[in-house]
Amino acid sequence: MKILVTIKRTPHRDARMRVAADGKSLETGDIAFEINPFDEIAVEEALRIKEAGKAQEVVAVTVGLEVAREQLLAALAMGADRGILVNSGGAAEKQELDSLQIAKTLSAVIQSEQPGLVIMGKLATDDENWQIAPMVAELLGWPQATFASKLELSEDGKTAQVTREVDAGLEEVELTLPALVTVDLRINEPRYASLPGIMKAKRKPLDVIEIEDLGGLADLGGIGQSCVRTVSYRALPAKEKGILVDSAAALAAALKERKLV
Amino acid sequence: MTTADVLIIVGPTPSSPRKIDRAAIGFGRKATDCISGELDLLLLGPAAETASSQFAHLGARKIYTIGHADLANYTAEAYTHAVCDFTSERNYRFLGGSASSATRDYFPRVAARLGIPMASEVLEIDQLTADQAQLVRAVFVGNLLATLSISGPQILATCRASAFEVPAEEVATESPVEVVTISHALALAGKQFLSLTEQTSDRPDLTEAEIIVSGGRGTRGAEGFQLLEQLADQLGAAIGCTRAVVDSGWMPNDLQVGQTGKVVAPKLYFAVAISGAIQHMAGMRSSKTVVAINKDPDAPIFEIADLGLVADMLEAVPQLTEALKG
Amino acid sequence: MVSFELTPEQQLLQETARRFAQNEMAPVAQQYDERGEFALKVYQKAFATGLLNDIIPEKYGGAGLTTFESTLIAEELASGCAGMTTTTLGNGLATIPLLIAGTEQQRERFLTLLTSKLTFASFDLTEPGAGSDAASMSTTATRKGNGYVLQGEKSFITNGGVASFHVVFATLDKSKRSKGVTAFIVPSDTPGLIPGKDESKMGHRASNTTSVRYENVEIPASLRLGEEGQGFKLAMQTLDRARSSVAAIGVGVARAALHHSAQYALERTTFGQPIAQHQGIQFMIAQMARDVEAARLLTWHAAWMVDQGMNASKESACAKLFATDTAMRAATDAVQIFGGNGYMREYPVEKLMRDAKLLQIYEGTNQIQHIVIARHVLDAAT
Repeated sequence: MKILVTIKRTPHRDARMRVAADGKSLETGDIAFEINPFDEIAVEEALRIKEAGKAQEVVAVTVGLEVAREQLLAALAMGADRGILVNSGGAAEKQELDSLQIAKTLSAVIQSEQPGLVIMGKLATDDENWQIAPMVAELLGWPQATFASKLELSEDGKTAQVTREVDAGLEEVELTLPALVTVDLRINEPRYASLPGIMKAKRKPLDVIEIEDLGGLADLGGIGQSCVRTVSYRALPAKEKGILVDSAAALAAALKERKLV
Repeated sequence: MTTADVLIIVGPTPSSPRKIDRAAIGFGRKATDCISGELDLLLLGPAAETASSQFAHLGARKIYTIGHADLANYTAEAYTHAVCDFTSERNYRFLGGSASSATRDYFPRVAARLGIPMASEVLEIDQLTADQAQLVRAVFVGNLLATLSISGPQILATCRASAFEVPAEEVATESPVEVVTISHALALAGKQFLSLTEQTSDRPDLTEAEIIVSGGRGTRGAEGFQLLEQLADQLGAAIGCTRAVVDSGWMPNDLQVGQTGKVVAPKLYFAVAISGAIQHMAGMRSSKTVVAINKDPDAPIFEIADLGLVADMLEAVPQLTEALKG
Repeated sequence: MVSFELTPEQQLLQETARRFAQNEMAPVAQQYDERGEFALKVYQKAFATGLLNDIIPEKYGGAGLTTFESTLIAEELASGCAGMTTTTLGNGLATIPLLIAGTEQQRERFLTLLTSKLTFASFDLTEPGAGSDAASMSTTATRKGNGYVLQGEKSFITNGGVASFHVVFATLDKSKRSKGVTAFIVPSDTPGLIPGKDESKMGHRASNTTSVRYENVEIPASLRLGEEGQGFKLAMQTLDRARSSVAAIGVGVARAALHHSAQYALERTTFGQPIAQHQGIQFMIAQMARDVEAARLLTWHAAWMVDQGMNASKESACAKLFATDTAMRAATDAVQIFGGNGYMREYPVEKLMRDAKLLQIYEGTNQIQHIVIARHVLDAAT
């Protein structure tokens, strides 16, 4: 079986994002980028399935600009076998792609790659849209299990049993492959890309596909127009500085005085 | 051609409206105010029909219910199918709901099936016209607000429950209820629901509670949480925690507050022995009043606290519980 | 052509080492330091990540990093814990002589051992009576049959008690001074090789340092490393190559001192404002930043020269001298900025000061570096 994982290039988890002077964009000059941390967990999960002998190939895919090659390289360094960069450079110059366009693009790649399992991060830490994975599953007509904290493939490799972290507790579902799973934090702790792995990564195949050349998009009615655009950013309003009290008794008194309890 | 009407989708439907459902209706009302349309409500799931009377005084023009057998156990695939079958015959301008683990799961499928744009976890509606919307939402772990411009005749959006006022007064007129029957199957063959393990507790639900007592890694496990539970009992509060606490196995995942857990905004939030990682703050920073108790005076949580106490929680929490009894 | 831009692979190497240092080393550094405990758990993970054997060629299971790339790793690791980085340096010191002078058979056996499972190795040069003056060593090698017998004692050996094999230097003829020195590879299970107890050190306490006694240690000629009489040259070539790594450790320690100082200066308030507002503090921080930048450039340049196959003896000495002096100064200033807190174990900077001190002493004291530099300058002038 082949597993396909998706990767997004996102600002480093510790980066402090600032709004640029125009109020419409973000200052990205000094920002370091990384694989979206949840996507890194997806790569790890795919590698573990492969290492358990239940998959033969792990393919990492990203839709983005040429620079996203760095994140694909990181996935290959972790152990993925092959990378695909769908270059949206041309389209991005005109306008940013919205979730549905990215979902259609990924679906076209999946149709051509025909993996048995697609694993994605449950959210991207930059826009926090939580949208693309279910969109892809719907476009493909596949079953999905989002927010997985446990993923087990059956012995015959035909089904997957997934534990999902949901608001009420833990849900168990069974998926018939091909299927799509998004992973949550507790499913695994991703490995570091090893140094030998990094050196090997540059010799692994990394295909670049221009988004316009993705034939499968025709089946999906084309990529369409971008309908969602970010027009401005602003910082959160500053919070008024609170006060420090010096004892639990004083804290209780303050709470009562403010009629909070 | 769409109408100027708004549909708020609730599903799976609870036996009576929760805070997040009332917030969804607040969200819908905000949308109808912008475009002078009407608000309808779609309730999905086995409890939809019986619970519809509980939703009847929230100001909806009409309540639709779908209680199809394939919705008995929640699956994203069947719920998506149901919503799309319903909406494809009715031209709503705006489809909305509250963010939850269910809507995060099936709403994007609905958007993809209908081929319409979607906005997640909206905080403000700046503008809504016949073919344009401007919505505000948080990005980068809640550190920045982004304004989205969304074009097209129909959109789907979820709201952050904490951001939309729950309608205060009940509306006198009762919304009429229409039971919608779908005769074909909704489930997708490749998806089987197996089980749901729910945590049961006598305490209020995190997303419902007026007061939340939350603990972090510094509680040092069971001993610390026992003290927090005593404080919570005294206040009738819900218990919450950080990711580190769930990762350590001290508390179940459904009590996690933060970017990847629940986003809450109670009247009063106690952050006890929580240093204040941005991922945690993203889930509670809209609380009306934040109280921080931490022995590290440099803990970032103090930056957003309204009331702070630098102390060891093992001493301070029992003292506070005692002082609040008086 | 001068470029300071790292390739995507080099950026990834750096990022991996940085994350490893932040997540795996820094959080436990204080605890291992306090207990003076060999950080085996950390090394196990470092091994799995390939950090212990970065310069071993890919052919033998390593990452095959250049000297320059290796300095990127050393700087990052040292910013997490200099003591743990010293353990990795110990493996590097045993690897370099094999790369320079090892036979294919020796490399296949010992380098593959290092990469196949968590294995440590040591470089046994220093003696109780011969530190900087290595040519005056008294450990002897005597020919016997088709092999050699080693006799003597080495001191302050990094990984001495945990190594699976030692690269040891002994003299075949003391009267020949440096021309008598010969290198050998001695598996640690060879009878007569006896490590001493783990020394209790001022700093680098997560690393293992012991004396190593050689009592009639018999080894076959196949374990001689390089030709007879070539050992001293091999040791010096090894140290020349390793020197940029020591310099990089200095940069890492100085960078940690700078980081903690800047954070603390913004948090700590005196006279109603953060101490970062005081010019006296600003100057100290600016000097640290200046020296970190300069030390890194010297380090990168020296390492680059080694990779070009150039003689980098002077440049490596300059880098080691300046970067480790920078580490000491920056750590001392960091303690000063922290004031009374800085002197306390509870805060991270006093450890930096203890760790920095060793950097000025090992792999050629900084006095020796001065001599090396002066010799090069004066030789060129005559």
